[in-house]
Amino acid sequence: MTQPNETLLTLSGVGKHFGGLAALSDVSLHIQRGEIYGLIGPNGAGKTTLFNIITGLYQLDQGTFNFDGNTYRHCKSHVLAKAGIARTFQNIRLFANMTALENIMVGCHVRTRSGVWGALLRHSAARKEEHEIARRAHELLCYVGIHRPAHILAKNLSYGEQRRLEIARALATNPKLLALDEPVAGMNATETESLKALLQTICASGITVLLIEHDVKLIMGLCDRIAVLDYGKKIAEGIPEEVRRNPAVIAAYLGGEVA
Amino acid sequence: MKLLTQPTKIAALILALLIFPFITNSLLGQGWLRIADFALLYIMLALGLNIVVGYAGLLDLGYIAFFAVGAYTYALLGSPQFGLHWPLWIVLPLGALLACGFGVLLGAPTLRLRGDYLAVVTLGFGEIIRIFMNNLNAPVNITNGPQGISMIDPLSIGEFSFGKTHDLLGLTFTPVHLHYYLFLGFTLLIIFVSLRLQDSRIGRAWMAIREDEVAASAMGINTRNVKLLAFAMGATFGGISGGLFAGFQGFVSPESFSLMESIMILCMVVLGGMGNISGVVLGGVLLVILPEAFRHGAGPLQQALFGKIVLDPESLRMLMFGLALILVMLWRPAGLWPSTQRRRELMPDESVAHQEQETVYDAAK
Repeated sequence: MTQPNETLLTLSGVGKHFGGLAALSDVSLHIQRGEIYGLIGPNGAGKTTLFNIITGLYQLDQGTFNFDGNTYRHCKSHVLAKAGIARTFQNIRLFANMTALENIMVGCHVRTRSGVWGALLRHSAARKEEHEIARRAHELLCYVGIHRPAHILAKNLSYGEQRRLEIARALATNPKLLALDEPVAGMNATETESLKALLQTICASGITVLLIEHDVKLIMGLCDRIAVLDYGKKIAEGIPEEVRRNPAVIAAYLGGEVA
Repeated sequence: MKLLTQPTKIAALILALLIFPFITNSLLGQGWLRIADFALLYIMLALGLNIVVGYAGLLDLGYIAFFAVGAYTYALLGSPQFGLHWPLWIVLPLGALLACGFGVLLGAPTLRLRGDYLAVVTLGFGEIIRIFMNNLNAPVNITNGPQGISMIDPLSIGEFSFGKTHDLLGLTFTPVHLHYYLFLGFTLLIIFVSLRLQDSRIGRAWMAIREDEVAASAMGINTRNVKLLAFAMGATFGGISGGLFAGFQGFVSPESFSLMESIMILCMVVLGGMGNISGVVLGGVLLVILPEAFRHGAGPLQQALFGKIVLDPESLRMLMFGLALILVMLWRPAGLWPSTQRRRELMPDESVAHQEQETVYDAAK
């Protein structure tokens, strides 16, 4: 189903300014279908800004943004979610006072259609859809490895489980691209290892993964290709081995002669 | 162990509600049935506001405006004001539809606002509607200004008028009694609609917006449409209640739609238990019944205790109302009858508490 060398997402010449500050300038990259693509860079390099542009939270000032064959400009988050981009947040943003199950059910919103009349009349189509949503939500809860009562409030889950629940919620939108903003931040080595396995499973199921991460070891071990941002510019891109040896990347991370 | 099944309970409750007027009539007299009628109107309003505030988390301080729209629609189309006497089945839906339209009209420009800012704008909207009603008597007299519109047609379906006393099966039904049944019917309908919406895709989308709008949008929820839907649904309920109010009262004037009323309805929602239908109903009942009981009881009580009226019952009523609000907010911040979710928020699950203790224990080892 997925052709290995087909481009899913292309950014060309993307720029974003906040007042006089250029958060991103002339960033171009392309993500292939079915790969795990890593985005790294020192703090303040513009990773999250880029991420927010891809997921519709910010609008880009320059350049173009092409996803799955369509060009998007000035698009709201929900349009991009419908197009097939799902995300998680750096600082977890679950629906804290809803149950774990309901959180995932909200994720199903974009792929279901039942409206006010469906809710009021509960005709067979609406009931079937609702049943299907619940089934899928239970399934995803298991899939990401949360073995807890489904009706536990999201905020009562442990930190690691909350991260997983966010991934489950994103997966419920049936994304083509799953964008994760520092999914292992604050996790211990064991938790990181099991999340890595989860991401590999997700990728194997045909979903492309975009990953922002500070944990260089994780990125190097997991990603097919990596882009490095520094001061809002892309300074390197390629397979982990190439990036690791790139002098510009070493300079950005360890300090050194500025070219 | 369950002794009664859900349908039996509901049937018993409805039966009790149907018999209720006969009991109050024989024990307390017609006056209290009239208060029950008003309680039902307020419950409808509170349930409407619950959709906006309780589900979608949009603080609306001008909700009474939709009640006003419904009431004035009925008053203008069913009174000697324009000589129009349209039937109920046209006027009431029309009032609801107009209120719904105003709901969208208010919702559209306030979509970006949240919390305090939204509250201020909606408060202004409520006042605008009231002031309009107050001033639309010149140059063309539409609303009759502060004098209000009187001699409004009583609610009637075909030949059956709710404004007359009817004898049926050897029982006498006074207008107040008949209105009670009519309002009860509408209230049950609105409760049904609220319940169905609560556990639906739409309901979940509302709650997601209440919890985190950015995340909701990232999950593919069209926040604009879903918020407008909440405003429209809430306003529709307000419009229905308004139409019924005008027909019941026979008179409307801008005075009935002051800011205080909006706040009162908000209090019903907050005191009862935001987002929980039973709680909102309880809030509505208490906030209508208690002040009335107080009004009737405070004077004689003071006479008995001090031999004279020390405090005017009316001002004492507001004092007590404020006190009750503070006490509830201190001791039951989620409302008197919170939804299971809110209750869980405040009282963590047994399992969670247990688990936390274990974690502490592990850490201590």
